[in-house]
Amino acid sequence: MDFLQNIIGILSEHGLAFLQASWMTISITIISLLFAMIIGIIFAGFKISSIKFLNRVADLYIGIIRGTPLIVQIMFLYYGIANILTLNSFTAGALALSIHTGAYIAEIFRGAVQSIDRGQMEAARSLGMSYPLAMRRIIFPQALKRAIPPLGNQFIISLKDSSLVAYIAVTDLYNTALTVQGENYMPFETYFVVGLYYLIIVLIFTWFFNRLEKKLDVSKPKGAAIA
Amino acid sequence: MINVRNLSKSFGGLQVLKNIDLDVKNSEVVVLIGASGSGKSTLLRCLNFLETAEAGEITIGDEKINPATTNLNKMREKVGMVFQHFNLFPHMTVLENIIEAPVHVKKMGRDQATTLAVELLKKVGLHDKAHFYPDQLSGGQKQRVAIARALAMQPKVMLFDEPTSALDPELVGEVLQVMKDLALDGMTMVIVTHEMGFAREVASRVVMLADGHIIEEGRPEEIFANPKHERTQRFLNQIL
Ligand SMILES: Nc1ncnc2c1ncn2[C@@H]1O[C@H](COP(=O)(O)OP(=O)(O)OP(=O)(O)O)[C@@H](O)[C@H]1O
Ligand SMILES: [Mg+2]
Repeated sequence: MDFLQNIIGILSEHGLAFLQASWMTISITIISLLFAMIIGIIFAGFKISSIKFLNRVADLYIGIIRGTPLIVQIMFLYYGIANILTLNSFTAGALALSIHTGAYIAEIFRGAVQSIDRGQMEAARSLGMSYPLAMRRIIFPQALKRAIPPLGNQFIISLKDSSLVAYIAVTDLYNTALTVQGENYMPFETYFVVGLYYLIIVLIFTWFFNRLEKKLDVSKPKGAAIA
Repeated sequence: MINVRNLSKSFGGLQVLKNIDLDVKNSEVVVLIGASGSGKSTLLRCLNFLETAEAGEITIGDEKINPATTNLNKMREKVGMVFQHFNLFPHMTVLENIIEAPVHVKKMGRDQATTLAVELLKKVGLHDKAHFYPDQLSGGQKQRVAIARALAMQPKVMLFDEPTSALDPELVGEVLQVMKDLALDGMTMVIVTHEMGFAREVASRVVMLADGHIIEEGRPEEIFANPKHERTQRFLNQIL
């Protein structure tokens, strides 16, 4: 019973702070995901490109990101950039998360584009479509649809990964938990509460992505005719 | 309409086409036959430059095509292609599949393209399927849509690569019928097929490929009745 009372105590005392921190977590995740999408599209293009140099650049970037821990990347950027220009911790954290997630999203987009049957490009070209037009009208729409489940998955990973920006003083959910448990000496209950917040956010976004996926599944409508 | 001179094509070390000469006149229907791996698809794909030959000349209409300088996209507007596996765009309805290239390549107005598409769908017997997605059609229906899609660009030549090979036997007839109608309309066609009955009935000329060479060609009744080349005999015995 103590446990439950402590939880309720934490919630009534810090519930609002956790809610605000949730917003911080969600916004740093969404902002870095938007930039990561742009980075991802560019580097997916580099990987698909027939220009060897661009392939190499993409391989180098993706290799470095995948080969080093996120916390190291965050620290490296935070202190590295601090030598040149002063970024606040939110910007530095968002930047690190963007660059990190961009590498994974590049791989998601590359995989999705390459999973589209070659016949689609050939049919488009045989109709007189240029390569960019065929990409835009025929390949991308199909690839995007195929990328949504792994993107949803990446979103959830990024949301949880964002907890590492607590170490450069972004007041996100995890950072708030660190502070609260330092004050109340109830780490067990505090981490339980913060876990609950993460879980609820993840469940909301999972639900959202499932709906999006269903909505975009146009090629397999239910029932026969939609004429 | 099509003139091919000395066409050669290799994949890596494998030479698939060896000094091919082929002429297709206006309104001619040429059927390409030959064993698997003899280079039929490769020859067809060279004609619209989905594959680039390393040597030889191809003239379409009265334009000699040089892949380095010719606008291949413009050229492909004149050469329609139908594939074994249909390759319809699954994210678009039948109607959208057909108007896609007229609208985005030819810059035809959407209304005009739709009128054209409906006309073509009637021609292939599918005007009631305009708003279906490819997944909701049978194989034979898909292939007829693919033919309508190619025709929507109003090509001068149509290339068919085994258009009925992926179909259940009972669906082959409806696709061949559409192709027969096209031939009667005077469309110039180059067709890779194993449907010898169709070839006998519709082809102006049958061309036999073996190991990247054209080893024999002639009117269908000649080739089928007394093939001159021993490999043609063997091939025809196998498939008839
Ligand atoms: N993109 C490619 N890369 C490498 N080899 C290829 C490629 N396309 C075709 N080939 C080879 O070229 C040869 C001729 O192939 P092609 O597809 O033209 O034969 P085909 O006569 O159409 O045979 P099928 O009746 O099986 O369709 C085959 O040996 C094939 O393996
Ligand atoms: Mg073939």
